[in-house]
Amino acid sequence: MQKILIVGATSAIAEATARLWAARGEALFLVGRNGARLEAIAADLRVRGAVSVGCLAMDATDRAAHAAMLEAATAALGGLDVALIAHGTLPDQKACEASVELTLREIDNNGLSVVALAMLLATRFEAQGHGTLAAIGSVAGDRGRQSNYVYGAAKGMLDLFLQGLRNRLAKKGVQVLTIKPGFVDTPMTASFKKGALWAQPADIARGILRAIEQRRDVVYLPGFWRLIMAIIRHIPERIFKRLSL
Amino acid sequence: MTLAAWGNLPAAPAADERAWAERRAVLPAVDGTLLPYGNGRSYGDVCLNSGATLLRMRGLDRFIAFDAQSGVLVCEAGVLLADILDVFVPRGWFLPVTPGTRFVTVGGAIANDVHGKNHHRAGTFGRHVRRFELLRSDGSRRVCSPDENAEWFAASIGGLGLTGLITWVEIELKRIEGPCVVVENTRFTGLDEFFALNAAAEARHEYTVAWIDCLAATPRGIFMAGDHAEAAAAVAEARKPLTFPLTPPISPINALTLRAFNFAYYHRPLPAKAVQHYAPYFYPLDGILHWNRMYGRQGFYQYQCVLPLSARDALEDVLRSIAASGQGSFLAVLKTFGELASPGLLSFPMPGMTLALDFPNRGDATRALFERLDAIVGAAGGRLYAAKDARMSGEFFRRSYPRFNEFSGFVDPKFSSDFWRRVTK
Repeated sequence: MQKILIVGATSAIAEATARLWAARGEALFLVGRNGARLEAIAADLRVRGAVSVGCLAMDATDRAAHAAMLEAATAALGGLDVALIAHGTLPDQKACEASVELTLREIDNNGLSVVALAMLLATRFEAQGHGTLAAIGSVAGDRGRQSNYVYGAAKGMLDLFLQGLRNRLAKKGVQVLTIKPGFVDTPMTASFKKGALWAQPADIARGILRAIEQRRDVVYLPGFWRLIMAIIRHIPERIFKRLSL
Repeated sequence: MTLAAWGNLPAAPAADERAWAERRAVLPAVDGTLLPYGNGRSYGDVCLNSGATLLRMRGLDRFIAFDAQSGVLVCEAGVLLADILDVFVPRGWFLPVTPGTRFVTVGGAIANDVHGKNHHRAGTFGRHVRRFELLRSDGSRRVCSPDENAEWFAASIGGLGLTGLITWVEIELKRIEGPCVVVENTRFTGLDEFFALNAAAEARHEYTVAWIDCLAATPRGIFMAGDHAEAAAAVAEARKPLTFPLTPPISPINALTLRAFNFAYYHRPLPAKAVQHYAPYFYPLDGILHWNRMYGRQGFYQYQCVLPLSARDALEDVLRSIAASGQGSFLAVLKTFGELASPGLLSFPMPGMTLALDFPNRGDATRALFERLDAIVGAAGGRLYAAKDARMSGEFFRRSYPRFNEFSGFVDPKFSSDFWRRVTK
């Protein structure tokens, strides 16, 4: 039985992943802003087989609350094997371009707040000599493009930070997993028209579980995004800057 | 994504498709009318609301509570029967009644008061629903059961989503020993042989149904009787489902392929008795996702009628008309309904014989055949199943469902569907 903390537990990918863990009889601790929704998710996970489900309402950008949250989680779980950081928002790029304040807030939501949590978790995992720290990045973090570079910058920062953490913690037996989903059909992307490249949260969830089991470092979900992003990354800047991706 | 019905018949899309996923939220304020949309397995237009709003209910898919002693499950209305089976069959529980596909929502199963191969023993799905919450457009919420808001309970079961939105449901699962079923297969020729087999089988088996060759000069088919197997019998579930990946421009279903298929299917090597995993017995078509696409871009109709027990002549007439038309498909099912009363005002089953067939959409030719069949069914005192129907006349529907007027009083003024507008014209 594993002891699993999920921050951003009300998000679609996190809930789908939690359901898979519940079916395996794991112990879960859910953190998110909406306490009522956390309780509804917890009830669902208990029916599906989770051995225990604790909840705590907390805003992930409230750094002062992070330490107490981690205390509560590890007390409720009796330890910690896996931490999944899954919170985030999808910035309105155009609105961000008009507001420094909004841009910095979105970078906090999607980058800095994750970094802060990752640091706390890294200390703990390093001390205990085992565990998995997983965070949801994005293919958007692989290259800055005009349609979403505020989001991309935050996720790109996360990618680099986790890469450094991975280097530091590899010798300590701790897995640091960067999850890079492509287009996923969730409430966050409700306004987008869906096409052939769009995946369902349940598909991403299965990929996350597999990546953790296989002790992967960076996983693109679905897998074809690895090839797509390799191509995108290799387009020379003088050409890419003229595209409208 | 444009939400469609299973038959893929030409239909105007909804003006607006919105997700509704918080059971405590209020209904959205919209200009026109609303209709909840589950998983779109209704064949005709009961799940469509052209030019108006559809509420996508699949996000309302959480379990709420389960009592492992009594088997009582409380869940949100967007949960699929498939989800219930995935979680609870391994724990020794099964659905008390299941239709031929598990990819329907609990809300949809109630709204169509679905029935299964065990109707003669267990009646319809609605008989095993203990309670549900009904949310109306005026914001009112009612918990409905046979004892509380009983008239709302009766209106909403089989109520086609028109009485309001079902948010959560309490149903009673039944105990099983293992995931397998023991199936007995018997070929028959002629309806007399079918009825003899059927009478004997209903007395001894929980699940009975026949596949029937609708093009043969004399009706012939395969009778399949099943029961849940004991724990020891263990057969692994089949490999992952295939998917019919696209809609072919021309359907491969035509008179020639149909005759060939029916002949081969009837004569295939058939074990007299076999143990199967529950999935291929209860859900033979679920193994091919999107199988409805094989009918091509014109889509297809489902015709399902029920005839009173005394109307065997009418059944023969119906089968003869179909055989003479040369239309039809290999998916033809014949079953008898038992005496257990259905709890809904518009529930479809009555004691008698039900026949369900798919027909490729050949336009006027298909609709003309259906007019002839309606006449036979109507004259015999039978009726059609709204969940399958895309074209019956409002007059026939209102005539054959005696509690139609009573039901009309319970329709929410802000809810409507293509089906409802068609049958109230």
